[in-house]
Amino acid sequence: MATQEHGEGLVFHPMDQFSIRPLFGDGAIHMYTPTNATLWMAFSVLCIFTLFVLGTRGRATVPSRIQSVAELGYGFIHKMVADVAGKDGLKYFPYIFTVFCFIVFSNFLGLLPKSFTSTSHVAVTGLLAIVVFVTVTVIGFVKNGAGFLALFWIDSAPLPLRPLLAVIEVISYFVRPVSHSIRLAGNMMAGHAVIKVFAAFTPLILISTGIGVIVTPLSIVAISAIYALEVLVAFIQAYVFTILTCVYLKDALHPHH
Amino acid sequence: MELAAAAVLGKYIGAGMACTGMGGAAVGVGHVVGNFLAGALRNPSAANGQTATMFIGIAFAEALGIFSFLVALLLMFAL
Amino acid sequence: MASTTQAASEAAGNAAGAAGHAAEKVGMPQLDFATYPNQIFWLVVALIAIYLILSRVALPRIGGILADRQGAITNDIAAAEDLKQKAVEAEAAYGKALTDARSEASRIVAEARDEIQKDLDVAIAKADAEIAAKSAESARRIDEIRASAAANVTEVARDTAAAIVAALGSKADAKAVDAAVTARLKG
Repeated sequence: MATQEHGEGLVFHPMDQFSIRPLFGDGAIHMYTPTNATLWMAFSVLCIFTLFVLGTRGRATVPSRIQSVAELGYGFIHKMVADVAGKDGLKYFPYIFTVFCFIVFSNFLGLLPKSFTSTSHVAVTGLLAIVVFVTVTVIGFVKNGAGFLALFWIDSAPLPLRPLLAVIEVISYFVRPVSHSIRLAGNMMAGHAVIKVFAAFTPLILISTGIGVIVTPLSIVAISAIYALEVLVAFIQAYVFTILTCVYLKDALHPHH
Repeated sequence: MELAAAAVLGKYIGAGMACTGMGGAAVGVGHVVGNFLAGALRNPSAANGQTATMFIGIAFAEALGIFSFLVALLLMFAL
Repeated sequence: MASTTQAASEAAGNAAGAAGHAAEKVGMPQLDFATYPNQIFWLVVALIAIYLILSRVALPRIGGILADRQGAITNDIAAAEDLKQKAVEAEAAYGKALTDARSEASRIVAEARDEIQKDLDVAIAKADAEIAAKSAESARRIDEIRASAAANVTEVARDTAAAIVAALGSKADAKAVDAAVTARLKG
């Protein structure tokens, strides 16, 4: 359906950019097949390695430009974890930082033309969210035992309301990984798909000069504007994913509101 | 034949209707940020500490809009 | 109308058929479950790689750099504090030296003044003594002169009286004239 050609020769493939293809050949995709997803995840790893390992090679007290970017990222997430999850959350800082770096680099690399956005796939964000959900739940029960269930039992509410609230809290607790993952994937997917839709309108001037004179420049302006918005969204979604991870971690470490 | 056509028609109409949910998300996000700004302008010194809370609020409001977008996409492409 | 519905239903049928044999043709690649194991596998690989890179190399290094910088800043502040302390001490020492020098100077001045005063006193005393001696001498000589003048006056008065008495024609008794002149001079 998406590959269906519409009238007037305009071609809409808004979802094609997300398709996963094997890098070599055209065979079936098995578990270990290197695909375009593999390639762009590898680029993310490479960028992280370049920034945080090669960039800080000098260990300069007065940092170089790239080193100060690395330090900025470190300080940003470190402060976020300390502020939101508390000092005892800092033990999990490396993992949170890993998730943040992966998401932020995947999002920004996905903004390059002809690239592939690994974080636009529910499989990827779903795994990230499920790992966070399971880890946080396990930490909650290990640290607090049955006291973790106090998270669902709101003492400040009137007694008759508490069972109802508990049900709502339990449901919202289990919806967390869903919204956590769909938010990131949906944002990434939506922006890229919208850019593609506008991109499909740009060659209209080649088909019909009359309406194309208006539509083509408008589409180009719209693509630029949405691209700018996407740059913002790419960072904000990584930030939101990370800060929500911190919030969930705080709930697990200190379940008493 | 007619039934299949009606199904296709209904699918696209449903996708369009699902997109109205995103308007609600837009209102929600605007409400969150507007109220944050109103509060921040009254008490700028307290604003810095609450930016994270604002982003969490935006994220929650926006998630629901994304859900409706997802429903639209599912209708369009997956069914 | 009939042809469009025909086309639409055919398209739907094609889509369904495509979904059947090649999942790639389904509209949303995100819902193509055939690619999930692949993506999850490579995601896990990527995450483990990033985690190892960050937790083994990058984070300790950046933490170390930040701690070093913090340490350097603390040391510098301490050194600056130290230097400031030294400056304050040096200023205090300078002030003390200045005060000492000032008191020394005033002591020297006082001493010099005392010495000069002493010399002056001696000189004044000597001068006073000389003056006193000279004035005593003068007074003595004045007295002498006065005495001799008085004696001369007595002599002249006696001689004059004897001459006047002789001129008047009487025999002047020297003793009587003397007595009269002496009585008159005393009067």
